[in-house]
Formats: sequence, structure tokens, C-alpha cells
Amino acid sequence: MGTKIGYTFIQSNRAWLPKALVLWIMGMAFISMSIYRGMDEENKIRRKEVLGSMCDQRARMLQDQFNVTVNHVHALTILVSTFHYFKNPSALDQDTFAEYTTRTAFERPLLSGVAYAPRVVDAQREQFERQHGMTITTMKSEPSPIRDEYAPVMFYQEPMSHVKSLDMMSGEEDRENILRARATGKAVLTRPFRLLGSHHLGVVLTFPVYKSKLPPRSTVEERIKATAGYIGGPFDVESLVENLLGQLAGNQAILVNVYDMTNASDPLIIYHQKASTPWTALTTAFFLFVIGLLVGYILYGAAIHIVKVEDDFHKMQELKVRAEAADVAKSQFLATVSHEIRTPMNGILGMLALLLDTDLSSTQRDYAQTAQICGKALIALINEVLDRAKIEARKLELEAVLFNLRAILDDVLSLFSEKSRNKGIELAVFVSDKVPEFVLGDPGRFRQIITNLVGNSVKFTERGHIFVKVHLAERTMVKTDAKDETLLNGGTEEGVCRSGTGQFNTLSGLEAADGRNSWDKFKHLIDAEGFQSNASIINMMASNGGSEDVTLMVCVEDTGIGIPLSAQERVFMPFMQADSSTSRHYGGTGIGLSISKCLVELMRGQISFVSRPQVGSTFSFTAVFGKCKEYVFEDIKQSKSEDLPPGFKGLKAVVVDEKPVRAAVTQYHLNRLGIMVKMSSSIKDASSTAKNGLTSSEDKFQPDIILVEKDCWISGEDSGFNAQLLDWKPNGHVFKLPKLILLATNISKDECDKAKAGGFADTVIMKPLRASMIAACLQQVLSTENKRQAGRGVPNGSSFHQGLLRGKKILVVDDNGVNRMVAAGALKKFGATVECAASAKAALDKLQSPHCFDACFMDIQMPEMDGFEATRRIRQMESKANEQMMNGGSSVDGTAKRDELHLPILAMTADVIHATFDECLKCGMDGYVSKPFEEENLYRELAKFFKSKPLSAFIKMRQGPGAFELVILGLKLIERFSWNQSLSLPQEPHSWVRVPLLGLD
Amino acid sequence: MDVVSQLQKQFIDFSSSLYREGYVDDQFSQLHKLQDESSPDFVVEVASLFFDDAEKLINSMARALEQPCVDFKQVDSHVHQLKGSSSSIGALRVKNVCIAFRSFCDAQNREGCMRCLQQVSHEYTMLKSKLQTLFRMEQQILAAGGSVPLE
Repeated sequence: MGTKIGYTFIQSNRAWLPKALVLWIMGMAFISMSIYRGMDEENKIRRKEVLGSMCDQRARMLQDQFNVTVNHVHALTILVSTFHYFKNPSALDQDTFAEYTTRTAFERPLLSGVAYAPRVVDAQREQFERQHGMTITTMKSEPSPIRDEYAPVMFYQEPMSHVKSLDMMSGEEDRENILRARATGKAVLTRPFRLLGSHHLGVVLTFPVYKSKLPPRSTVEERIKATAGYIGGPFDVESLVENLLGQLAGNQAILVNVYDMTNASDPLIIYHQKASTPWTALTTAFFLFVIGLLVGYILYGAAIHIVKVEDDFHKMQELKVRAEAADVAKSQFLATVSHEIRTPMNGILGMLALLLDTDLSSTQRDYAQTAQICGKALIALINEVLDRAKIEARKLELEAVLFNLRAILDDVLSLFSEKSRNKGIELAVFVSDKVPEFVLGDPGRFRQIITNLVGNSVKFTERGHIFVKVHLAERTMVKTDAKDETLLNGGTEEGVCRSGTGQFNTLSGLEAADGRNSWDKFKHLIDAEGFQSNASIINMMASNGGSEDVTLMVCVEDTGIGIPLSAQERVFMPFMQADSSTSRHYGGTGIGLSISKCLVELMRGQISFVSRPQVGSTFSFTAVFGKCKEYVFEDIKQSKSEDLPPGFKGLKAVVVDEKPVRAAVTQYHLNRLGIMVKMSSSIKDASSTAKNGLTSSEDKFQPDIILVEKDCWISGEDSGFNAQLLDWKPNGHVFKLPKLILLATNISKDECDKAKAGGFADTVIMKPLRASMIAACLQQVLSTENKRQAGRGVPNGSSFHQGLLRGKKILVVDDNGVNRMVAAGALKKFGATVECAASAKAALDKLQSPHCFDACFMDIQMPEMDGFEATRRIRQMESKANEQMMNGGSSVDGTAKRDELHLPILAMTADVIHATFDECLKCGMDGYVSKPFEEENLYRELAKFFKSKPLSAFIKMRQGPGAFELVILGLKLIERFSWNQSLSLPQEPHSWVRVPLLGLD
Repeated sequence: MDVVSQLQKQFIDFSSSLYREGYVDDQFSQLHKLQDESSPDFVVEVASLFFDDAEKLINSMARALEQPCVDFKQVDSHVHQLKGSSSSIGALRVKNVCIAFRSFCDAQNREGCMRCLQQVSHEYTMLKSKLQTLFRMEQQILAAGGSVPLE
């Protein structure tokens, strides 16, 4: 879910959730109910079918049994007629009948019993009663009233004893039955009625018994006449049905009701059994409902949870925004406060400086000095905090200008040379030859990183060396093999310790933390370089030409106290030092490394370190810089690498040093001056080399200078170096004796005297070595009178400055008259013609195109219209004019005017903070100078601007690498021919490109 | 010649006391560097411009602060002007007072402003008299045929 959408479906319908739950539950209840119904229905249908078939079966059975029963009753009538009437006397009496019928009861499964009632007419009643000793009674057990005939029960099966002597004719149903039976001569059934004795419903079956055999087709009268009696028995319907249907319903959930539908309007219930409940359907439905309920509840819970999570998410988001705002506010606060602190701090420092100039007692002076040192430290800290804040606010942007890496390293070294000399530490820098002289990047920030690292090293190192090494990163990648890895962070030491004396092949002979910097590796580096630079420069150029960037690896190695293992992971965290005692002992805030890390990351590199406590630390970082094309070099070389006088080219020197790393460093600096260097490990070797050079043919190496390391000299002193020198001197061929120079980190007065006495009358060069310093010393020693160089080498006199702005017309805009005057004065000093404007409005009037100003200095804070606004308007005017030029074809004069109008505008501001600078750039200014003007400061800014302007301008607008090169080429050509030779270039850029191509050869 | 060297010594003493006591700072010496044959009276010109300017500004500040309802913005812009020109000429003390002055303006503190105004005008008159003395000494040296020593 994106932050834009904000609320999801669930979230926006949160109020409906409980209702949805209830609805769901109701739905589930309904569904389970209908499922129950459906199952029940199905069950019923199935049961109905089963029941139907069962009923059929039972009906057939019943039919069969009924038939059997009727047949047997028929047989009984035959029996009675045979043994009672045809025999005389009768062979049948009550006991026999009872016995027989009881024993044959199984033949009549449906009858509960049988009885025989003879036909007695009224005339024979008395005789019958007398004969049988009984009185004919009615159904209500009263003596029967006189009727035409009677049918008293004579024989009966045992369970029917209650019907004995009852007149069957007295019951309505029985009488009808008897009459019908006798008329038809067949079995006849009554309709159901309450049976006598039991109150069950029943049907009575009646069969007539005839006295004589009847013919098959006898009439009704014949049958009535022949009737002797009747045999009857009741069917107890209820028990019969129970018998039949009992097992039928036994295991099924059936409600059984049996009706007698004879009378359709009033169904008579004859049987009733309760149905069992349908458990399966019920449980199924119930479980379904429960499951539905649970699912509903789970969904509801999930939805509630989602809502809650989303709420939390939104809350968090809000908090995050607030936290970020707070962070920004913090950074801004830091920046503002730091800036605000700086202003008064400057006052304090200035006052302290003034105070120190006055007459003070030594204590007071001490106090004041301490205060000043503290103040300076505070300013440094504030600057660091400001940097840090800016990095955090992501406001730090790196410049991309061409700069000389080696010069910067030399600068940094010179910063620390005093300190290192005091401590007796050897401080050295080495830059591999493969590193381009000029790279495109941010020199200030690069210097800051190096300064930080070297500063740390100096701070934490009491003896040994600090060695800064720069080379191409790709190279070391290859060189780093597995063996090195084991050495990192406290591995075995055997790899490093090579010589028997326990000396290490590092710069100072002390062990370094990172074995990769030992001579082994270093030699590889130099060898490879030497080989490559000789053999395959062209190859290299071709292969490197493709990539725009160059990755540099910078190592700063020291032999200081190292970083405790426990603290190593915290090193790059801001305000963290190895431990709190460190800060007490060595000072510092620990912010430097974290800033360095940020800066390195901004330079698309990585920083890492290897450190062993009590051995030292090696910080190394990579940084990606833009590469500068060959053609550009020369242009810049002229403008920027003035500081190294070229007068030493072709000189030859011998460096006497037993430590190869140190010798390599010396060689590097000498090489930069164009001096060819040979190395030798002892004075003896050196002198023999020199002698060979003198005695044999010219192509041998003949040194002009011999540089001797102090250690070597001291150790070689005993072996009679002086004598050798003396040996050397009388040699007749010598036009020029090699100059002897002693290299020393620190040298005592005694040693100095001794050295002078020992032949080093020429000079002593104090380390750390810097090319410019060596140059100065050599100049002094060789007294190569090169006035021109001396003049150019040290840009100090104002005569040098004069030319910078000669012929340039500059507009100064400031509302403050004094400022205006001072600025004008300063600019005039550089040879410029200055015009002034007292307000932004006046400046705009003067700058209406076409104008003839080459640059404009603009105050920022002015009443009415400030400098930013004025600049914006000027830029607008220019772009309008540019458009017109584009539209209106080639300009009328078409000469030296550039295609694009762009007046360089430099801000003048008292603000030193970078934010103002950013603001300046944003509104179209090109740079700024801080007020009040300081000559050097102003010169630096101006030089940056006016000397390398064409280059930087084009570098800014570079689009493709090819076009860029060609433009540069073109510029060079144009410069060479110079415009007054009427070299006319076509206007279209395409053909414009072709011109320099022609000039390539 | 004796007179000249004495004058020169006096001049150096005086000017170094100016630096020491904080009347002027490094910027003032920068100003001197800008002075050459093409503009021999550069410093004096700048200084007199500064004096005129400052006098005007101080007067308008005083006027503005006398108003029943003080327009602090107006005062602040005047102070800013004065600060700018004093820093350009290197009038350190005036500049420092101006910094304090501005903070009072920000706080709209009339009392503080009044106090600062007094200080500013005091510092200004002090500086003016000192510089005028300095310039007079320069003139004397030049009149005596010597050259003004550069410190």
C-alpha cells in the first residue's frame, strides 16, 4: 500500500466490521438450516421409499397370513360339522375343542382366538339351555331377551372364555356378520369395532357351519336352512399391526400412524409410534454452523488486526515524518548555531591575538595562549560539526574540478611537518606514477580526508613513521593475494619480519599493521609501473581511454598505538573514540573519522582499516575520480602546476638509503622534478657508482647530486666516508663535483655541525620531503640562477597579480560606498578597469546588453533589491538576449563574441557559511568572495575563475566524452591561432567540430 | 634625516598601537597594500569616505532612535551599512560594537541600542581622531622628504 492511498478498503469500512460479522453469522445459520432441511428431506424421501417397499412386503405377508387363517377357520368349520353334527353322539366337547384350537393356534397367526356358537332358534332355547346347563346371555351379560334365534358360544379357545354362552346375535356387528355369513356361506368380516373384553379395535371373522353337505350351487334359503352354527374369531388389529410394523419402525426414525380410512372424513388412528430425531443431519448442520461461526470470527479478527496494523502503520509513518523533520531541524539547528558561534568566536580569537601582542606577564601570556589554542580547537570542532550536520542533511555536494593530487598531498604533509619533526616521526608520501597528475573531483574534501587520517596518525604515533601511499585501486586488487589476508588484524608475523635483525621493510623499519605495505608488495608496485610505463604506455592509454573514472587507493600507515580490537568496530561511529581515556590523553572528538567515511562514500569509495594494538594502524580508502583527458593536461599544467620549477630536468641523482621504501619515496619526489634517480643501499656503492660514472664512458650514470639518508650516513661514518669522498675529489676528470645533501627527519645541532664537517656542507633537507621543498633546496644548492623561475615559482609579489585582470572591465555593485571603494581598489590592483554601481537597479541599467563588462562583483545584502534577485534578473536578460541571437541568425559582428552570453557574477558576502554559497549558485552566480577582501583570498578566487574558466565552463556542459575532447581541442586550436588571425569558424556545431580534427596532426 | 627617522619611528609606534588597541585590524593593512603610485591617496580617500558615511549613518541612527516608536528595521539596516563599511576599512572596534548593536536591534531593545549608539559614536570619534593623527603624521613624513614606512 502506498503512502498516497492512505487507507485500504478494510480500513475505510472499519465501522461496518461488526455488522458484517453479525450478517455473516446469520447467513451461516440460514445456510446450515437449509442444509439441515435438505438433508432431512432427502432422508424422508429415502425412508418413504423404504417404507413403501416394506409396507408392500408386509401387506403381502398379511394377506398370506390372512388367507391361511381364513383357510384354517374354514377347516375348523369342517371339523365342527364333521365331529359335532355328523357323529352321534357328538365327538366334540368343550375340552376337545379348546385343546385342539389351542394346539393349532399357530395356524391362525392373526386370530387371537376362535369360538363356536350353534344356531339356536327360540323354540329350542329351553332344551338347549337345559342340555348344556347354561343361560344364553347378551353381550352385556344379561339373560337374553326372547328372539327368533340365538347364537350362544358353546366352544371356545381358552383365551376367549369370557364369551362363553354369550349370544353372538345380540351384538350389532356380530349379528350382521352372522347373517351375511350364513347367506353367503363364506368367511365374512365385520368393520372394526371395540372388541369385547379387550378394548382394542378389532374385526371379527365369521364362518357358517352347515349340518349337511350343501350342493355347490345352493341357494341362500338352502344355506340358511342348513346352517347349524358359526365359528368366529376376532382379529385384534392393534396388536396385529404392532406385530407387523414393530420391527419395521424399530431401527428407523419413523413416526408411524396407521389410520383406518374407511371413513375418510374421520381417520381413525389405529397405530402410533414416535419417530426418532435425525441426529446426523442435525449434527452436520450444527457443525457447519459452528465452522461458519469460527470462520466468520477469524475473518473478523483478521480484519480488526489489519485495521490495527494499518493504524499503527499510519501512526509510524507520521512519527517517521516527524522524526525526519526533527532530524532536519537538528541539522539546521546545528548549522545555524555553529554559524552563530563562529562569528563571536572569531571576535574572541581576534581579541586574543591582540591581547597576545600586548605586554603580558609570562603567566598571562600562557593563559592567553591556552585560551587561543582552545578557541582554535573549538572553531575546528564547530567546522567539523557543521560538516557532519551538512552530510546528515545530505546537503554536502562534491565539486568536480581538476586538481593536482600530488600537490594536495604535499600541502597536507607540510601541515604536519612541524609536528612530526618534533615527535621524530618519519612522514612520507608516495604517489604511484600511474595515478594521473590531474583528476576531476573535490580537492577540498579529498584534502580533508587525508588531513583527518594523517592528523589522527600523527596524534597517535610516538615513534616510527607515517606513510601515505596513493595508487590505482585496480592494481592492488590483483596484488592482494591470500597470504596477505592471513596477516591482517593480528595474524602471524613471520611474513613481515624478513631480515634477521628484526627490522621490517617498512618506511622506518618498524613493523606496520598491514603487511601489504611492506617492501615486497611495494617493490612489485614500482617494478610493474616501471615496466608498464616503458613498454606499454600506449596500450595503457588505449585501455584506460574507455573509462571515464579512475579509482584511487589511498593508504595511510602509521606505527602508532593502534586501535584496541574491542573498539575497532566503533571507529567510524561519530563521537566515538577507542576509549574515553584516549580522548583525555590525546584530545579530539572522534568526529573526524565518521566525516571521512561519509566523504569517502560520497566519492563512491570505501574506507577500511587494519590495526594491531601497539603495532600501528593502516587506514586505506578508495575514491573514484573523474579522469582528465591527455589534451586537457597541458592546458592546465601551464596554469596550475607552476609550483614545480622545471629547471631540474635531466639532472641525475643518487639516493643512498638502506631502506628501499624510504628510498622509493625520495625517488618519487625527485622524479617529479624530472631528476633521474639511481638508488644504492650504502655509501660505498654510491661512491663506486659515481666513480664509474666519472671514469668510464659518458653514457654511464654520472650523478649531479647525492642524497644521503641520515641513518646511512651515521652508520657509514665509521667506515670512513670522508676518506672515500677525499678519494673521489682529486679525480681529474671532474668538472662538477656531485653535491652532497643530507636527508634527515630531525637533526640535532651537534649532528648538523658534524655533517657540515663531514662534507655535507651543501645542505640538509629536513623531512618530510615535498617536491617543492626539494626544489627550493636544490635551487639553493645548485644555485642555478633561474630568475624567471624564481619569480614564477613563488607567486608572492604583486607584480605577479597584476596581469590577472589586465584589460578586464569589472562592475562592482554595492550599496556601501566604502565597500565599493575598497573593492574597486583591490580589483584595480589586479589591473582591472572598475566601474561601480551603488544599487542593484543601477547595475541592471549598466548591464543592459550589449555591455562590455567581463565580470561583476555583487553584494548580496542590499536595500530594495538584493544580490540574488539582481543576478536572477541579469540571467533572465542574458537568456533573452541569447534566444534572440539564436533566432536572429548569426550576430552582426560575429567576431570574438562567444555564442552564449554569460557574465561571470561573483557574490561578495560577509557570510562564510556554505549555505549562502549554495544560494549563490542557485540563483546563477558563478562564485563568491568573502568580505572584507583579502588580497590573497581574492586572488585565489579570481585565479580560479579567470584562468581556468574556459575549461571549467566546458567541463560543466560536457555531454559526451567525444564531444568534450573535441571542444577542448578546438579551444586549444583557437588559442593557438588566436582570434586576430581571422580564423573564422562556421557557426554550426557539427562543422565546428571538424575544424579541430583537421588540426590534429 | 634625523627628523625623518624620528617621525618614522613615531609613526610606526602610533600605528602599531592602533593595531594593538584594536582600533584597526589586518584589513587596514590590506588597504595600505592597495595603495600604490596610481592611487597614492587611496587610504585617505577611503577613510574620508568612511568618515562621511559613518557620520551620516550615526546621525540617522540617532534620529531613528529618538522617534517615539522606533523602526528597528531601519536602525538595523543603518547598522548593517556601518558594519559593512567598518569591516571594509578594518575599523575593528566600530565593527564589534556594530555586531552587538545589531543583536540589540534584533531583540528590539531600545536601551541597548541607545547604549550601543553612544559606544559607536564614541568609537567612531576616537577612530577618526586617531586616523587623522596617523594621516597627519604621514603628511609630515612626506613633507620632511621621507617615505612612509610599511608595517
